[in-house]
Amino acid sequence: MSDIRRTVDAVWRIEGARVVATVARMVGDVGLAEDLAQDAVADALAQWPESGVPHNAGAWLTAVAKRKAIDGWRRRERLDDRYREIAHELDAETSDEWEPIDDDVLRLVFTACHPVLGREAQVAMTLRVVGGLTSEEIARMFLVPVPTIQARITRAKKTLTAARVPFEVPDPSEWSGRLGGVLSVIYLIFTEGYTATTGDRWLRPELAGEALRVGRTLAGLAPREPEVHALVALMELQASRFAARIATDGRPVLLADQDRTRWDRGQITRGVAALARSDALGRGRGNYALQAAIAQCHATAASFDDTEWEQIVLLYEALGRLTSSPVVALNRAVAVSMSAGPVAALEIVDALVESGAMRQSYLLPSVRGELLSRLGRLEEARAELASAADLAGNERERDVLLAKAAAL
Amino acid sequence: MKYMLIMRSTDEAIEASKEVPFEEIINAMGAYNESLMKAGVLLAGEGLAEPDEGFVVDFAAEEPIVTDGPYGETHELFNGFWILQTSTKEEAIEWASRCPLGPGSKLEVRRVTDMSDFEDFTDNEFVQKEEGWRKELGQE
Repeated sequence: MSDIRRTVDAVWRIEGARVVATVARMVGDVGLAEDLAQDAVADALAQWPESGVPHNAGAWLTAVAKRKAIDGWRRRERLDDRYREIAHELDAETSDEWEPIDDDVLRLVFTACHPVLGREAQVAMTLRVVGGLTSEEIARMFLVPVPTIQARITRAKKTLTAARVPFEVPDPSEWSGRLGGVLSVIYLIFTEGYTATTGDRWLRPELAGEALRVGRTLAGLAPREPEVHALVALMELQASRFAARIATDGRPVLLADQDRTRWDRGQITRGVAALARSDALGRGRGNYALQAAIAQCHATAASFDDTEWEQIVLLYEALGRLTSSPVVALNRAVAVSMSAGPVAALEIVDALVESGAMRQSYLLPSVRGELLSRLGRLEEARAELASAADLAGNERERDVLLAKAAAL
Repeated sequence: MKYMLIMRSTDEAIEASKEVPFEEIINAMGAYNESLMKAGVLLAGEGLAEPDEGFVVDFAAEEPIVTDGPYGETHELFNGFWILQTSTKEEAIEWASRCPLGPGSKLEVRRVTDMSDFEDFTDNEFVQKEEGWRKELGQE
């Protein structure tokens, strides 16, 4: 890759979201704004080797993209009064006077995660326009071909245009639901990095790192939202264990067996601080805050046995009342097995089996197998672990489960 | 990857900065810090107090020698740092270039080592011990 390409990429990484957001407010269409901004990037690649990198590169890109918008309107003779005014202002503007507006970036975040888009499109748009990543980088992180990501982004932009999605933050009546949607997209990106569902790599730290970066950005844009800080806390706390989660041979190491001296203390400190910021807003703990509080119990425990399991059970109970998710119930069972023992835990797990929830997930038989083995019911345990291995999508996970079954 | 931006200024630059209203400096640095925070890249950062509040421990002789104040013949003083998480070296260069510093000041930018730098030594007793020390320090 040429030096100028690397420099332009670095500028785009820092300024991309703000350039697209500023242009989107002018043209009212994120897809068009992104195309115009990419055209400006192409101009930068052509011109900067001669002219040098402008002092305010983001302002330069924005001005070029805006001019391209005006040129487009002129060509299509759609330069009505409103656009004439914008064109006039633009001609008078010098490129150092650029004051990007935070609210525009927030509008961009909500648009990239708009519910008219499917999950994959939301993820690709968020990484591309908010995170400032190239399609190549996104493709590499998700282990999919570059054209797949390019097609996803093209389709997403067309969908937003076709649905006439306004470049706005949601109304107060929709705010909390839409914010929840944004947070779930960010967390989805994180968890895909934290426990890759496909492929032979257990962790994709770059992907988790991108989610954290977007999360921190959102915390800066919406500092009064407790769940945003809580999501950042949750991601920091979970990511603090990355180094300890993989053994030297690439196999995953479970929480109980992790070398806690390898946890990233700086990251734990940041996570604890982010949860404290969330709590300090005084609006109670939501879904992410409860999960972060659980992660904090683990992160601050001196050892697996010293963990405050009773506290974790309580947090899972609160979480279960909020979400009634079977995964939460299963996690509660694991915490119960640590605080009250495997018999009480097995009752919860058996109720889950009976309900038919999570029938496709390897997690249920995996936990059940673990509990049965602690109760000395080895034959049943081996069968459960084997069926868990059958269901596991990640090869590393499968290996761990098979090894466990073989060790009984 | 993580980078540390280490601010170094000459004595003259520090003297000259005293001519600028302090509030102007706070505003410029504040805006810079805010842009780092909002971009989600800032992990840590601190400013250092006047060097005469510090001291130097010199290991030239058998017994370390402690002297008050700044190191005698230095031309550039460290006076603050940031730790950033960026995806490329170029991005770190870009952020460093935006720091509101003037003539006489420099940023020395260094990559912060991570465990991957010690991958060949994970069984080493001292590498493991260092992780233990880090833990203790982090918990204080």
